[in-house]
Amino acid sequence: MSGTNRHIISALVENEHGVLAKVAGLFAARGFNIESLTVGPTEDTTLSRMTIVLLADDDTLEQVVKQLRRVPTMVKVQDYLDTPTIQREMVLIRVQAGDGSRRLEALEVVNVFNGKVVDLTPKDFTAELTGSENKIQAIVDCLRPYGIKELARSGKVAMTRSPTAVR
Amino acid sequence: MSDLDAGSSKSESRSKRDTTHKIPPVHADRANRPPLDDAGRTRITPRVLAPASESAAACRVGPRRSYKSQGPWSGGEILTEALLREGVEILFGIPGGVLLSLFDSFYHAPINMILVRHEQGAGHMAEGYARATGRVGVAIGTSGPGATNLVTPITDAWMDSVPVVFLTGQVASNLIGADAFQEADITGITRPITKHNYLVKNADDLPRVVKEAFHLAGTGRPGPVLIDLPKDMLMSARDEVSWPETMRLRGYQPTIEGHAGQIKRMAELIAASKRPLLYVGGGAIASRCTAELIALSEKAKIPVTLTSMGLGAFPAEHPHYVSMLGMHGSFAANMAVSHCDLLLAIGARFDDRVTGRLDRFAAQAKKVHVDIDPASVSKNVKVDVPIVGDAATVLQALVPQVKPVDARAEWLDQIAAWQKEHPYGYSRREGEILPQQVLESIAKVTRGECVYTTDVGQHQMWACQWIPVNEPHRFISSCGLGTMGFGFPAAVGAAFGVRSQGLPVVCITSDGSFQMCLQELAVSVGHQLPVKIVILNNGCLGMIRQWQHMFFGERYSCSEMNLQPDFVRLAEAYGASATRVADPKDLNKALKWLMATPGTALLDVVTARGENVYPMVPAGGASDEMILDPKEAVAIAQRLGFESFEAD
Repeated sequence: MSGTNRHIISALVENEHGVLAKVAGLFAARGFNIESLTVGPTEDTTLSRMTIVLLADDDTLEQVVKQLRRVPTMVKVQDYLDTPTIQREMVLIRVQAGDGSRRLEALEVVNVFNGKVVDLTPKDFTAELTGSENKIQAIVDCLRPYGIKELARSGKVAMTRSPTAVR
Repeated sequence: MSDLDAGSSKSESRSKRDTTHKIPPVHADRANRPPLDDAGRTRITPRVLAPASESAAACRVGPRRSYKSQGPWSGGEILTEALLREGVEILFGIPGGVLLSLFDSFYHAPINMILVRHEQGAGHMAEGYARATGRVGVAIGTSGPGATNLVTPITDAWMDSVPVVFLTGQVASNLIGADAFQEADITGITRPITKHNYLVKNADDLPRVVKEAFHLAGTGRPGPVLIDLPKDMLMSARDEVSWPETMRLRGYQPTIEGHAGQIKRMAELIAASKRPLLYVGGGAIASRCTAELIALSEKAKIPVTLTSMGLGAFPAEHPHYVSMLGMHGSFAANMAVSHCDLLLAIGARFDDRVTGRLDRFAAQAKKVHVDIDPASVSKNVKVDVPIVGDAATVLQALVPQVKPVDARAEWLDQIAAWQKEHPYGYSRREGEILPQQVLESIAKVTRGECVYTTDVGQHQMWACQWIPVNEPHRFISSCGLGTMGFGFPAAVGAAFGVRSQGLPVVCITSDGSFQMCLQELAVSVGHQLPVKIVILNNGCLGMIRQWQHMFFGERYSCSEMNLQPDFVRLAEAYGASATRVADPKDLNKALKWLMATPGTALLDVVTARGENVYPMVPAGGASDEMILDPKEAVAIAQRLGFESFEAD
């Protein structure tokens, strides 16, 4: 049995209603499990980009990609496993840290990770951070002892590195 | 056989037609009843229907807009014109509140709109039409229940890759999502069972959407496409309409040419093989590659087995034909698959009913898979040489590269020996008609000079076994979804499709299946279609009963009918000719009567109950472990642990 890998699938789709539902339904019907899925506009207003992260073995991945390609509104589907890519995720994180010294420590953690405080109240603060998935996970782990009240992660967006930059 | 004589005289009386639409009287006493025929049955003259439109031929030519009202185009008129531009000559369906403006534009249009009695019938007719002609079928239903009644045919067309465009009405745009009267989210419901679907909110999009829908349905791996039509869009008006020549389908480019290197490898594998086998499915019929298959089979002496979807893709009378494989395939075909060293799958998808236990399916063979749908390749079975492309195009490239083989005596003799060892068979019984005997007789009487449709169940499998099909588009059955109720409306649709060729359509059905869509008798009789219905009537749901017999300790839970209609009188109530046969001696005569009777005719054949379909590969079993006859059935089933096995 081929091993399970985490795959990032980037899909350019026609910017039409129903495409997200089609993809979501396709994953559900065939029992594929999505870790994250983001959709957003691209430089071409007629196209959207979906970035799908999923854990799959090679056979499952082959079916996922083929089934996606079968959708007529799916313009391009790529698996980024063996492609040099830039991957980013964003997190918004609200930290309790009401007490003076603990608040300073928590703010210092945000600083070290190059995060930005976007909201501050006497009871808590909210930080924003972008980075690789590992970096996001690290700041979440570091801030947890101070009391995370709320957290929102964007899921991953990804692009290939410029071909000229690679070769 | 006074029944038979009565039937033929009745067909004459049907030519007299009455043009009023009165409700038939309720017969309170016998004196008021219509006259009785010789057999003591009520003779019924059908009430009159509007004559069938003969305008189909006119629809491809002639000035556009001549049928159109003055002034701006309505959405309905744009849609009608778009359908005409796609060459649509016939539609099947039922109007409804939201579709009235569309049906208003059909009123003068040169298009044959067939009013059915249930939308499911419309969908299956469109499928039957598409499969008999190779053209795109069209079915139409209104919003809500009209649309949801189409869901079964849509799924059926999806599973069997049938090119059909389904049109559904939708509530006005401002009511969508408001749980309005007769609202159903049909694009949501059908998303997983269509190749693509559209909700058209702007009438300007109609010409492009219709063009795309027909292109999507009929090309690549064919399939159903649905267009949902909100009422306000259909009623909106446009002074100008533009008819696009091009489509915007960036994401849809089916691969036609196979990979040259892979085709070369296929030719090399054929040259190296001692025991090659062609395994051919419905994709070969969609791709119209019969000539190429024959050329390949003859050049390299390769035997051919077909799936139920593939029947007719390769002539049954050809000496290289091995018959159907799979769960109820022949002993020879399943042994050939189990023993071949090279399996060449053409337009087939390794369905579980074909393969049985996957790791034992063609286990000794290298496998080549030619299919236009990349998602079908290596889905169930890993293949050595995948070739994505159109079967005919790939085979045209392949055949010149194949090394001619003069003789392949050992392998072909082995297959012939298997065929001789366990041919399809049954033992005749005195006084009782056996179902297999009916199929054997149908094959003899019709001699292939018709289109066959079947319903689903035992009779379907016997039809696959006993009817030799020598041409593509001549055998139509619901194979993927297994829709009981498919056969008769599909026969009606097919009859419209082959009307110009003067071919009758023989609908092989059963008492269980026929009752699931028999209301379309009204359409068949009303349009004087030569649909010949043969009901294998054993008073039970035979395939269910067979599984209960084999795998559930003969506990026949809900598989035997405690009340049956009189199918003869039922058919006569619709104005069809009908009779019944129960004695084996009369069977051939009755079938000849059926084929000789003009128009729609029905033969109710009382068959023995308790006959089972053999050979049988139990679900999940290996294809060389067949149950060959009733004596070993229960024993083998029990040995395989099926007594407690969950039936699928």
